[in-house]
Amino acid sequence: MGTAKKGHSHSTQTGGAAKAPATGGTRLTGAEILWATLEGEGVDVVFGYPGGAILPAYDALRKFPIRHVLVRHEQGASHMADGYARASGKVGVAIATSGPGATNLVTGIATAMLDSVPMVCITGQVSSKVLGTDAFQEVDITGITLPLTKHNYLVTRAEEVAPVLRQAFMVARSGRPGPVLVDITKDAQQGSAEFNFVAAEPKPHRPHPMLKTESAATVQAAELIRSAKKPVILAGHGIIQSAAYAQVRTLAERMKIPVASTLLGLGAFPASHPLSLGMMGMHGEAWVNHAIQQSDLLIACGMRFDDRVTGSLATYAPNAKKIHMEVDPAEINKNVKADVALIGDLKEVLEALLPHLAPRADNGESAWLREIEASKGEVAVRDIKNLPDSGHLYAAHVMHDLWRATDGKAIVVTDVGQHQMWEAQYYKHDEPRTLITSGGLGTMGFALPAAIGAKIACPEKEVWVVAGDGGFQMTAAELSTAAQEDLDLKIAVVNNGYLGMVRQWQEFFYEKNYEASPLRSPDFVKLAEAHGIRGVAVHKRSEVLPAVAEARSHKGPFVINFQVEKEDSVYPMIPAGSALHEMIRRPNNPLVETAQDK
Amino acid sequence: MLHTFVALVEDKPGVLTRVASLFRRLNINIVSLTVGHSERLGVSRMTIVCDASPTAGHRIAASLYKLENVLQVDDIGQLSHVARELALIKVAATPQTRSQVFELAEVFRARIVDLAPESLMIEITGVESKIEGLIQVLNENGDRILEISRTGRMVMRRGQHTSKVLEAMRVPGMETAEDLKAEESAEAPSDELMAEETGLRE
Ligand SMILES: Cc1ncc(C[n+]2csc(CCOP(=O)(O)OP(=O)(O)O)c2C)c(N)n1
Ligand SMILES: [Mg+2]
Repeated sequence: MGTAKKGHSHSTQTGGAAKAPATGGTRLTGAEILWATLEGEGVDVVFGYPGGAILPAYDALRKFPIRHVLVRHEQGASHMADGYARASGKVGVAIATSGPGATNLVTGIATAMLDSVPMVCITGQVSSKVLGTDAFQEVDITGITLPLTKHNYLVTRAEEVAPVLRQAFMVARSGRPGPVLVDITKDAQQGSAEFNFVAAEPKPHRPHPMLKTESAATVQAAELIRSAKKPVILAGHGIIQSAAYAQVRTLAERMKIPVASTLLGLGAFPASHPLSLGMMGMHGEAWVNHAIQQSDLLIACGMRFDDRVTGSLATYAPNAKKIHMEVDPAEINKNVKADVALIGDLKEVLEALLPHLAPRADNGESAWLREIEASKGEVAVRDIKNLPDSGHLYAAHVMHDLWRATDGKAIVVTDVGQHQMWEAQYYKHDEPRTLITSGGLGTMGFALPAAIGAKIACPEKEVWVVAGDGGFQMTAAELSTAAQEDLDLKIAVVNNGYLGMVRQWQEFFYEKNYEASPLRSPDFVKLAEAHGIRGVAVHKRSEVLPAVAEARSHKGPFVINFQVEKEDSVYPMIPAGSALHEMIRRPNNPLVETAQDK
Repeated sequence: MLHTFVALVEDKPGVLTRVASLFRRLNINIVSLTVGHSERLGVSRMTIVCDASPTAGHRIAASLYKLENVLQVDDIGQLSHVARELALIKVAATPQTRSQVFELAEVFRARIVDLAPESLMIEITGVESKIEGLIQVLNENGDRILEISRTGRMVMRRGQHTSKVLEAMRVPGMETAEDLKAEESAEAPSDELMAEETGLRE
């Protein structure tokens, strides 16, 4: 310490530069350039945690109109930036110090990578002079995150800060979005350089050279769609990324094609739409997977045939031709062989396709819709949400009531486990970006911090956390962040006393050997109160709606501990690697009253 | 099946790691990887040979393109090309036994580039099979091989090659499929050169 030039010495210039980042040529420190560049990129909030190697940046922060949210663990920072990005469509920004600060970001970076979320993570790094010497809190974070980021950068000079950061934003946003990490050495923050936001503009991003759809393929796809008897649209996250809502809807309505959604695709097509089937895959309703298995044409829109949606590939939709519309050429033929690949931004791809499709005149398709409708009937009767109140509280009840109480309009941020699947099954999302969940990585601990990010991105929206007792405890420290920021955030803990999804697998596949899945938790109401947050506990179904109503009318954070049935399972379930039709149905559980029992 | 890719990449620290890391992630074994300067300043050229399923070529190329530092990828496949590898082979040989090795080297159009009292060094250039042929013959002859250093395969497509097209267009990585097709049809195979690398084996 002490050798470095202090950021303060430039404070006079900074004011002007910060207010007008687009005008050129002011001499600033690297730290100031960092914030000025973020400001120029339209960033008004970052999620972070300070430490030695990033202190020069923190020192300069007060000169810039950027809100800093102090997290309680850097994993929280990356999840918050992620939740912010998913809720708003903008690039989320997380910031941390070197070494442990940087490694703590990693889980959140991987989470964003697997779900293609645009994010920029900034880490401090030891001085360039001591790089590679195992200096205090030195860690090779660009090495560590190399396979977890779209790209990453090590910046060792103040001159590089602006151009590299600008490029990082461009990379994060472009094509298939994803996280980018910028590691900035302490001396790069302390050094000074000319700052010119405009001059730092990166070259236009090289589009992926294989991003090209032959017009012949478009015609061929249209031909397949016209002649299909049993088509199904598979709606994925790409619809949201590309904002291709209207185009997908037009395709479905014009050709009368039912729409099945991936977990991350929920909300991209309105759940209440008559053509919406619901979620496909491992915990999709029977009729959804049935429709896919019976289909003669799958039209995949911005989804990647993840193993959780296909089950066994050998038996997946055996009679269906596949049209794969995808922005990432590396996804084509990765898991499922495409008969026609339409590569490009989904909205553009669909806009090129739709003119080739005239509305169907024949009634062939309604036979298909009738067939699907018929297959729905038999299973819907036994649906737990239709059951009368028997005194038992099921998570499905909670989700169903939450959906009713919020009119299906809240942003729900879920954690990972059974409650996540119940939410996906029973909370009907009509709007895009209203379900935020970790799909690809399945990161427990995601919900609370991601919800904080979402609430900050959309302060006018009602935001609910839905977390399990296990996952909630992984990042529960962020309650403190929610309290400090006084966020109007509602938190539902679905407390079943178990790592429920693990218990379910043990029940089905490991002879009920409940090893390490029973879980003791603190009293979540008291935990909330310790944070100065109001909390209530709910044990009976009749208490669900009043508790939700109280939470909604309360200003500020609110925790509800839903004490639900301990050994309930998510049905139906397709065991990993099995065929979609080999599902486990809800058994006649004596605990569960069925409609017929009455 | 062996796949060969030629990749033009930015000449920056860490780029090799990014490329290698991609193959590791895809769980694909790299058989050989050569890197050196290309005809353009700041651009390195890699020839990557890897062992992967016959259908993996598309995904590998598409994934390589997702790396920010990769400018151009060419999946050589069956396209007409020249492949070469260079090997240095040190063989135990005394002044009495040298002449035998000299003869062999000549048949393979290899050169002797170093002589020591107890060993000699052979430099050989050619397709892999030619190099392997020489090694095999040396072994069969009972010559003791002390060291082998091989560069791995380097590949260049015949006729107008990809990076020239790039240069002409002055936009890295923007080459279109049509350009490639046009090039392919314009290629003329050169049998004369093919004959040269035939050596003893065939
Ligand atoms: C960080 C992390 N560790 C482990 C897992 C494996 N896992 C998936 S679901 C689950 C149980 C989650 O329990 P809980 O949060 O109580 O939710 P529930 O399933 O009971 O609703 C576990 C341990 C995971 N997804 N993420
Ligand atoms: Mg639980």
